[in-house]
Amino acid sequence: MMISSLDEFIDGPPPAIDIAGLTVIRGKHTAIDDVSLQIRSGSITGLLGPSGCGKTTLMRSIVGTQILTNGTVTVLGRPAGSPQLRRRVGYLTQQPTIYDDLRVIDNVRYFAALTGAAKTAADDAVAAVGMQEHRTALCNKLSGGQRTRVSLACALVSDPDLLVLDEPTVGLDPVLRVDLWEQFHRLARAGKTLLVSSHVMDEADHCEELLLMRDGRLLAHTTPGRLREDTACTSLEEAFLTVIRRSTAAGSR
Amino acid sequence: MNMQPYRATTIRILRQLAADHRSMAMVLVVPSAVITLMYFMFRDMPHPPYLPSPFARACLILLGLFPLVVMFLITSITMQRERGSGTLERILTTPLRRFDLLAAYGSAFSLAAAAQAALACAVSFWFLGFHTAGAPALVVLIAIVNAVLGVGLGLLCSAFARTEFQAVQFMPVVIIPQLLLCGIIIPREAMPDWLRWISNALPATYALEALQQVAGHTETTTVTVRDIAIVIAFALATLMLAAATLRRRTP
Repeated sequence: MMISSLDEFIDGPPPAIDIAGLTVIRGKHTAIDDVSLQIRSGSITGLLGPSGCGKTTLMRSIVGTQILTNGTVTVLGRPAGSPQLRRRVGYLTQQPTIYDDLRVIDNVRYFAALTGAAKTAADDAVAAVGMQEHRTALCNKLSGGQRTRVSLACALVSDPDLLVLDEPTVGLDPVLRVDLWEQFHRLARAGKTLLVSSHVMDEADHCEELLLMRDGRLLAHTTPGRLREDTACTSLEEAFLTVIRRSTAAGSR
Repeated sequence: MNMQPYRATTIRILRQLAADHRSMAMVLVVPSAVITLMYFMFRDMPHPPYLPSPFARACLILLGLFPLVVMFLITSITMQRERGSGTLERILTTPLRRFDLLAAYGSAFSLAAAAQAALACAVSFWFLGFHTAGAPALVVLIAIVNAVLGVGLGLLCSAFARTEFQAVQFMPVVIIPQLLLCGIIIPREAMPDWLRWISNALPATYALEALQQVAGHTETTTVTVRDIAIVIAFALATLMLAAATLRRRTP
C-alpha cells in the first residue's frame, strides 16, 4: 500500500508526518479506516473530502488528542502528542477555540505565554491575520470569520514547525483568503509544514500535495497537476468526483 | 520547572473574572450584604447572656461556608465552559501541564475568595460588632481553605457535567448534604450513628468545627489545626481526582 510514495522519501529528509495503518473507531463508527501516508517536510498539503469523511479525526490523531484504535502516527520524528512536540505543533480547530470573554490581544498573548513565545510575537500574529484594528476588542463582539482569525493567530503565535489547520478559511472574505494563502506559502518556504483541510475544492490549487478522503479512507495522495492528468478533468471538483466514482466502482467489483 | 504556563493561566482566569463586572461585584458584595441582613434580622432577638448571640453563630457559619458554595459554583461552570468550548482540549496540546491548569484555577479563585473573605470579615468585625475569641485572621484563613475546597469540588464535578445547566445541578448533590450534616441545623451529637459517620467523611464538618474552635478559644487549639489540615487534605484530594479527569486524548 502506498509503496510508490514511500520511495520518494528514501533519500530526502524524514517526513514531517508519518502515519502507518491508522484506524480510529469512535463509538461504533469507523472514523479512519486503515490509513497510511507520509507528508513531506516544508510542504503544504491539502486534506480534502466531504464533511464527515474523517478529516478532523485524522487531524486530531496528528496533534495527539485522539485515542487511536490501531496504527502509529509519527510527527517530526516522535509519536504524535509527545511532550516535546507541544511547542512545535500548532493546531487550529474547526470551531474557533478562543476565550470569548477576553480581548483579542489577551487571547493571543495567552497562547504565546503557554508556548514560551515572546510578547511581540502576539502583536505580529494579530497583524498576520489582519486583526490589528480589533486587537483590543472583546472576542464575543466579533463576527464568526474574525473569531476564526483570532483562533488562527493563537496557532501561529508559537511559530510552530507543523501547522495543522482545520478549515482555516471558512467564512472569510476572498481578499483575506488570498492573504492567508500567501502567508501559508511564505511559512512553507521558510521550512514549515502545513496540513490544511477544506471541504471545498477551489482551495486545492494552493496546495502542493492533496489527500483525498472519503468515508474514513484515503482515496488518493496526489498533486493538483497529477490529479488533473489522471482524471483528464480541468476542474479539481470534477477530478475529485471522478476519483470517488472510480473507487466506488472498484469497491463494488 | 517552567512556571510560565501556570502563571499565564492564572492571569488569564483572573482577567476573565475581572472582565465580568457583574459576577465580580456579586462575589465581593453578596456575602457582606447577606451578613448585614442577618445582623438586622437577629438584632432584637433575645438570647441568654451566657451564650453567643444568634447573629454571632450565623455570621460565623456564613463567613466560613460562603466561599465554599460560591467558589464551587463559579469553578464548576467556568471549567464546564472550558471543556465544552474546546479551549481545554486546545490548551492541553500546548506545553501546559494538567496540574498547572488546576493550580492556576485554585490560585485565581482563592485570590477572589480571599478578597471576598477579607471584605466580609471587615464588615462583620468592624461594623456589625462580630467578634471571636481567636484571631480574625484565622477566620479569613479557614474561609480561603474552604474556597480551595470549593474549587477542587467544582473542578471535579465539571467532569461529570455535559452542560452548564448540569454543572449547576451538582450543587444540591455535593454541597447541600454537607451543609445539612456538618452540624449547623442539628448538633452532630444528636444525629443517628450512621448519619454521624457520613458527617465524619464530609469536609464541611471539619471546616465548621474549626470555625467554632476559633470563635470559642483565645489560643489556636490542636483541633483547629487538625481540622484545617483535614480540609486542606480534602481539597488536595479533589484536585488530584480532578487532574485524573483531564485527558489530553479523548475517544
